Amino acid sequence: MKYMLLIYGAENAAPAPGSPEFDPFMYGYFALSQELTNDGAMIAGEGLQDAETASTVTVRNGKIITRDGPFAETKEAMGGFYLIDCDNLDQAIAYAAKIPSATYGAIEIRPVMDYEQ
Amino acid sequence: MRNHQGRLIAALSVQFRDIDLAEDVLQDALAAALISWPKSGMPRNPEGWLYQTSKRKAIDRYRRSVTRREKMGSLAHQTQLDTMVNDEEPDEYQSIPDERLRLIFTCCHPALPTLAHTSLTLKTVCSLSTSQIAAAYLVSETAMAQRLVRAKNKIKKAGIPFIVPDADLWPERWKSVLGVVYLIFNEGYSSLDSKASIDLCEEAIRLGRILVRLLPDETEAAGLLALMLLTHARRPARLANPDVYISLEDQNRDLWEKASIMEGQNLLLTTLTKGKPQAYQIQAAISAIHCQASNYKDTDWHEISALYERLYVYEPTPVVLLNASVALSFAQSPATGLASLEFLGKSAKLETYQPYHAARADMLRRDGQNKQARQAYKRARDLSPSLQEQAYFTERLSQLGDTKAYRGSV
Repeated sequence: MKYMLLIYGAENAAPAPGSPEFDPFMYGYFALSQELTNDGAMIAGEGLQDAETASTVTVRNGKIITRDGPFAETKEAMGGFYLIDCDNLDQAIAYAAKIPSATYGAIEIRPVMDYEQ
Repeated sequence: MRNHQGRLIAALSVQFRDIDLAEDVLQDALAAALISWPKSGMPRNPEGWLYQTSKRKAIDRYRRSVTRREKMGSLAHQTQLDTMVNDEEPDEYQSIPDERLRLIFTCCHPALPTLAHTSLTLKTVCSLSTSQIAAAYLVSETAMAQRLVRAKNKIKKAGIPFIVPDADLWPERWKSVLGVVYLIFNEGYSSLDSKASIDLCEEAIRLGRILVRLLPDETEAAGLLALMLLTHARRPARLANPDVYISLEDQNRDLWEKASIMEGQNLLLTTLTKGKPQAYQIQAAISAIHCQASNYKDTDWHEISALYERLYVYEPTPVVLLNASVALSFAQSPATGLASLEFLGKSAKLETYQPYHAARADMLRRDGQNKQARQAYKRARDLSPSLQEQAYFTERLSQLGDTKAYRGSV
């Protein structure tokens, strides 16, 4: 099954570059990405630029409207994701728990829709 | 029969990785049995017959869905079909694998809502009907059916596995399974209405027995079963008069079920030799001491007080401290108990917790502080959820000479 692991957290919650916690934090991401690749579970994984760089597009009556934002009312913003392929939810939970940001924010696990079924 | 049905549902759910399909084909098989058995006689192994027939019904459904080009999700992907077809030889004597543990872990998975844990476990492992569970939880059958459907959908769509969890997830998941069983028990125990068509306490004890049989080395499962047996044994005395709340102190101990007490005590004694007792075993030990006493006053309150202190290590809650204070008030003096309660009342938010006021009222009365005792009894009565308990406190108030006791709250 495919799962999307959405990484949420307050943007200033994770260790800042230069702080003593930063290197272990980043190393955790490298190690997890390597593990997912070795297990054949990795489909994609990226970190996102800050939420203040986000733009929103809507199409109404054929008109494209672009806006700055969105700025969520909560401080928690999506900061990155992994798209993985594994056997079941327990395996997805085990990977999600290894995402370094799980210690600072939260990981939302969403099963990917399977149009073959 | 219900025990066999639980085993069948478990074996089929695990094989198909789909509870709905398992329930549907077992219904088909039961319907086929109603037609076939009266004609050709009861098979020598009815469960084996039902198991094989259910699997054949699943294969039929699968073939039909393929011809309609509607692949059935989990079946198509799990390559179970090959093994199922190979299995198709009608070996009615083959024993059915006991997969109930896997099913229990699936039903109690933390990714499901808490309300679904108990309902789904009762539906599948205990094979209760939706209407029976709805009645036990005082919700409409429609609401219960929706809750069950949502839970089964989530299992299917989110890929919640039918497995016994690995070592790293075990402690958390195992604790949650035991918690679900105890929750079912307590829901049955706290309902004073004995007219319900099913008894949640007995269902929880049944689940406890299954867990102990499947995992004999997990001492907390045995501890939980012992606790439930020892608590349940006292129920006839508690419900002797359904209109009246009968506290442990006032219960007619001759009504306690000796066989359950014996079973619970023996189970606990065997378990205690196996290692360091944890929360359920300690609570069972407390219950066992109550069961050994011939009356409330002769209870070994020193031992109970010590056990609550040990329980606090595992369950650092105000409720445990409250019970420890009650034990202390008997082991030493009401004044000692009150001092401990006062400390507790300051550090925890117990202002709206009925048992706190009830315990305090009793200690004040025993300490001769009648005026304060009356106030505390009134507070306890106002916070009581059932009419029986309100009547109990009204009675206590009138014993303290409160002539206005019957006029309602302060």
